[in-house]
Amino acid sequence: MPVEIDIAHVAKLARLDLSDDEMARLRAQLGQILEHAARVGEVAAADVPPTASPIPRANVYRDDVPEPSLPVDEALRNAPERDGDRFRVPRIAETGA
Amino acid sequence: MSAELCDLTGAELSAKLAAGETSASEVLSSSRGRIDAVEDRVGAFLTRTDQLASERADELDAYLSTGAPQSPVAGIPVALKDVLTTNGVRTTCGSKILETYVPPYDATAWARLAGAGAVLVGKTNCDEFAMGSSNENSAFGPVRNPWDLDRVPGGSSGGSAAAVAAGEAVWALGTDTGGSVRQPASLCGVVGLKPTYGRISRYGLIAFASSLDTVGTFTRTVRDSASMLQVLAGHDPRDATSLDVPVPVYTEGLDDGVAGLRVGVITEAFGEGVAPAIGASVRAAIDRLEELGASVGEVELPHAAYALSAYYLIAPSECSSNLARYDGVRYGYRAPGEHADSIAMMFATRGQAFGPEVKRRIMLGTYALSAGYYEAYYGQAQKVRTLVIRDYEAAFERFDILVSPTSPTTAFRIGEKADDPMAMYLNDIFTIPANLAGVPAISIPSGLDDAGLPVGIQLTAPALDESTLFRAAHALESALSLELRPPLLQGTA
Repeated sequence: MPVEIDIAHVAKLARLDLSDDEMARLRAQLGQILEHAARVGEVAAADVPPTASPIPRANVYRDDVPEPSLPVDEALRNAPERDGDRFRVPRIAETGA
Repeated sequence: MSAELCDLTGAELSAKLAAGETSASEVLSSSRGRIDAVEDRVGAFLTRTDQLASERADELDAYLSTGAPQSPVAGIPVALKDVLTTNGVRTTCGSKILETYVPPYDATAWARLAGAGAVLVGKTNCDEFAMGSSNENSAFGPVRNPWDLDRVPGGSSGGSAAAVAAGEAVWALGTDTGGSVRQPASLCGVVGLKPTYGRISRYGLIAFASSLDTVGTFTRTVRDSASMLQVLAGHDPRDATSLDVPVPVYTEGLDDGVAGLRVGVITEAFGEGVAPAIGASVRAAIDRLEELGASVGEVELPHAAYALSAYYLIAPSECSSNLARYDGVRYGYRAPGEHADSIAMMFATRGQAFGPEVKRRIMLGTYALSAGYYEAYYGQAQKVRTLVIRDYEAAFERFDILVSPTSPTTAFRIGEKADDPMAMYLNDIFTIPANLAGVPAISIPSGLDDAGLPVGIQLTAPALDESTLFRAAHALESALSLELRPPLLQGTA
């Protein structure tokens, strides 16, 4: 059975504007893909540890030595919009009381 | 089109350069001539780096004329998949969201090749953010297979595979998250290597699924693949998952043959859904290994049947997290016009600039990681991943190398599977398990099918045993001794 998904909710979590057409198509396609993916549930694995990375590594540290950073102009070169030495964005907080 | 310098192998070119029989500039001009001749039909490149390449070749020729020692990489024309960053050269990931992005740094893999004298001829087309198996998901149009221009080259590293098959580059780098080097190599009749996870630094590989992403190579011979890995492998402090273990000399023992080598044939990879011509070609190749003295047996990977399902939860989950960085703030596309606030700008930017497959995977991953579904989907997929790894461990107790077809089909027609994501995902059914387990695997040509399209055989080895992989693949390649020249290049001999 294809899986039923609240597409509008997931799109909101993913911060994606989707058209009505896209939502309809994704609802059908994701339902079908998840039906296949849900087969992982058929495997008895209650006592199997999960693997996050194929080559297990504990925390990897390096010495805390300062190194040259990217020059500001380089870091800002790809900015869609800049204002002096800063990235410029639309407002990020409510204004007014 | 007669065979030219750009049709030679890296080893052959390197010998000619060392003997003073040719120059880096001549080799480059051959490669460039081929690009001019076929690129309007193949479409392998998104960006050409003609001027940089000329300067580089001139520098190399000045250096080589001093008789100084030379790396096997020096003077070889190389193409890079456009998900690997190049300082000062546009890097798009095949996406509208990075259409004008110019990175301020080199990927370590490229920096190592460049340091050894490789000449960059251009950045190759690919599925958007490496998500796809046909190269049809690029925002900049499809790549065509040099063996049949109506067919896909495979993906996601389709441009790199096609460029090497057509002689536009002698070598190329790709990336392999679920088969994206091996499957296009198979479909284009070239050699594609996915080394052990962590063997090559991922620094500068623009992330899709970080626990699966692996830099890989495209060459026309196994020996060249070994020469490339020699330069690429090694620890990089800039990638915390890069392995700090010694790098063997990969060309050593390459000619030692397969006598006594234990070869396990993955039985379930010859069943339903595999084109009969592929099964026959790969079976014939396995017979050759046996004739060469390998002992051949059958092996099962019981959980491989669930690997595809696990992959389509794990990879999209990591993708949804990695691609959260494309928010229109620091680099890349920003939706034009006035926005109520920054969040609205992000919604619009991402909605406008990601293509359908990338949106599909971001949505899948976001769903699989969301409250209430995490354990059933992502959590369970990670457990299946453990079981796939155990399957390989058990198999490698009995065998040194595992073999299967690389892909269940040869190159399919452009558009044939474009509207059916599930059919497209099945292309990677034999390649995905090695990514989940992190083990190295290589695809080499085993022959042609009835339509004259290349078939690939996949060999898989235990983690960090690329040497055995190369030795077996080289023995098979030598025994098969295939003459592979795409029809595109046979026109005017």
